[in-house]
Amino acid sequence: MNFTSPESLIFWTTLIFLVFFLLMKKLAWKPILGAVKSREESINNALASAEIAKKELLNLKADNQRLLDEARAERDTMLKEAREIKEKIIADAKSEAQIQGAKMIDQAKASIESEKNAALAELKSQVSDLSVEIAEKLLKAELSNKASQTALVEKMLDEVKLN
Amino acid sequence: MAISKKPVSFIVATFVGLVSSIALANPTTDSVQVKTEVAHEEHHTAAPAAHGEGKEFSATELINSHIGDAHDFHIADWDGHPISLALPIILWTDNGLKVFSSAEFHHDNTGHHVVSVDGESFVRYNEVVYYADKFAEIKDFGMIPLDFDVRPLNFSITKNVFSMLLSVIVLLLLFTAMARSYKKNDKAPKGLAGFLEPLVLFVRDEIAIPNIGHKKYAKYMPYLLTIFFFIWINNLIGLIPFFPFSSNLTGNIYFTFVMAFITFMITTASANKAYWGHIFAPPVPKALYPIMWPVEIIGMFTKPFALMIRLFANITAGHIIILSLISLIYIFKSVAIAPVSGAFVLFMSVLEMLVAALQAYVFTLLSALFIGQAVEEHDHH
Repeated sequence: MNFTSPESLIFWTTLIFLVFFLLMKKLAWKPILGAVKSREESINNALASAEIAKKELLNLKADNQRLLDEARAERDTMLKEAREIKEKIIADAKSEAQIQGAKMIDQAKASIESEKNAALAELKSQVSDLSVEIAEKLLKAELSNKASQTALVEKMLDEVKLN
Repeated sequence: MAISKKPVSFIVATFVGLVSSIALANPTTDSVQVKTEVAHEEHHTAAPAAHGEGKEFSATELINSHIGDAHDFHIADWDGHPISLALPIILWTDNGLKVFSSAEFHHDNTGHHVVSVDGESFVRYNEVVYYADKFAEIKDFGMIPLDFDVRPLNFSITKNVFSMLLSVIVLLLLFTAMARSYKKNDKAPKGLAGFLEPLVLFVRDEIAIPNIGHKKYAKYMPYLLTIFFFIWINNLIGLIPFFPFSSNLTGNIYFTFVMAFITFMITTASANKAYWGHIFAPPVPKALYPIMWPVEIIGMFTKPFALMIRLFANITAGHIIILSLISLIYIFKSVAIAPVSGAFVLFMSVLEMLVAALQAYVFTLLSALFIGQAVEEHDHH
């Protein structure tokens, strides 16, 4: 190895290295390390937010399941209530109808009774009128001669005496 | 430094021997005549393996020239003539700045070809540029590369500087393109960003955060990323065996010195109370402080020193092994050895690719560790 003037290489190495270092620092290392760091941060953020999103999705799923279960239970209770209501309505209607029917029957019975009574009364009055008329006519016919009238009076008198 | 000194002294000795023999044969100072003489000499030395004549093949010389720095970028040899990319030579002389092309030396590296620029004359000897007149005085006494009386301050764009600029341009293009892709696309990274982002995240998650801590790592990320990719790509460039790559920048101790020194400066500048307290008031009896202070202060320097040596030694060792294996072919002077050598070179090259990434990782990891120790809040010792 020959000793080519040490000052030459020492001078140029120092100068070139320092200039090179400053250029690399400004033009290469700063942007590269900055970009790498910001990308790493963005990757970490993305992973963290993906984790959060996953958790949220799980929560959402659980929520949905819960809502579905609730809805199903509600539907069941509603159906059950509806059935009960239906039965109650039917039962109510039945009893109401019975009551109403009974009432109507009673009313009908009452009106029939009153009609019957009225009819009976009418009949009675008509029968009495008729019998009076008949009696009148009969009496007129019976009593058209003197002998028969006397005979009747006597008979009646006999009846009265007998009583 | 100890590792590199032995081959260096060896090569210097061989060159000195060579030069003195030539100097004895041609006792002349006329540069024009020297020029022709050198051209003639180059013919013989440039490609000894190709011609099978002239100078004996020297693996040491080959390896030293490949792992060392150079003023021109050697591309290939063609018909015994070296083809090189001429790089600018920038000298701070006693009379001011001098700039000229390394082609002026005409591939001379033995101190013969004199180049005159604005009234000053220079020679190149073993890739060091000397004042021509001063070189003539000292060339017989051995070379002293750090003696600034005999040579100007040299700020040349050498092969390693050229390679470093190349790596800087490649990295800037890659990472600004990556940064741009994030502006358009804030989703998962695609294409280039998809390939580079795991590496950036690796530095952040495996190096910076475990060693510096969650609170303070961000401030040091640009530095750690820069040295990781800078060292890695320069390690890889060194493994590619052709122009415009093949330089040994990260295996150059001056380069690793600067990198380790910057880590040391950052560590020291960001050190907190606990760090200094550990050095100057360690939890030992006060009587031991005179012993502890030197130990702790030496400890401050051994850490970056280890960084410097580790990277330099690993990368240089890899280059030396690969070049040695290739040299085997020329040492045995047999084609039969080529498949064996080639298989080993393939194996070593793959291993070196691992080492290239590993050493960049280790350098970054230890820098992060030292910074982490300096900014640590609680001292549990």
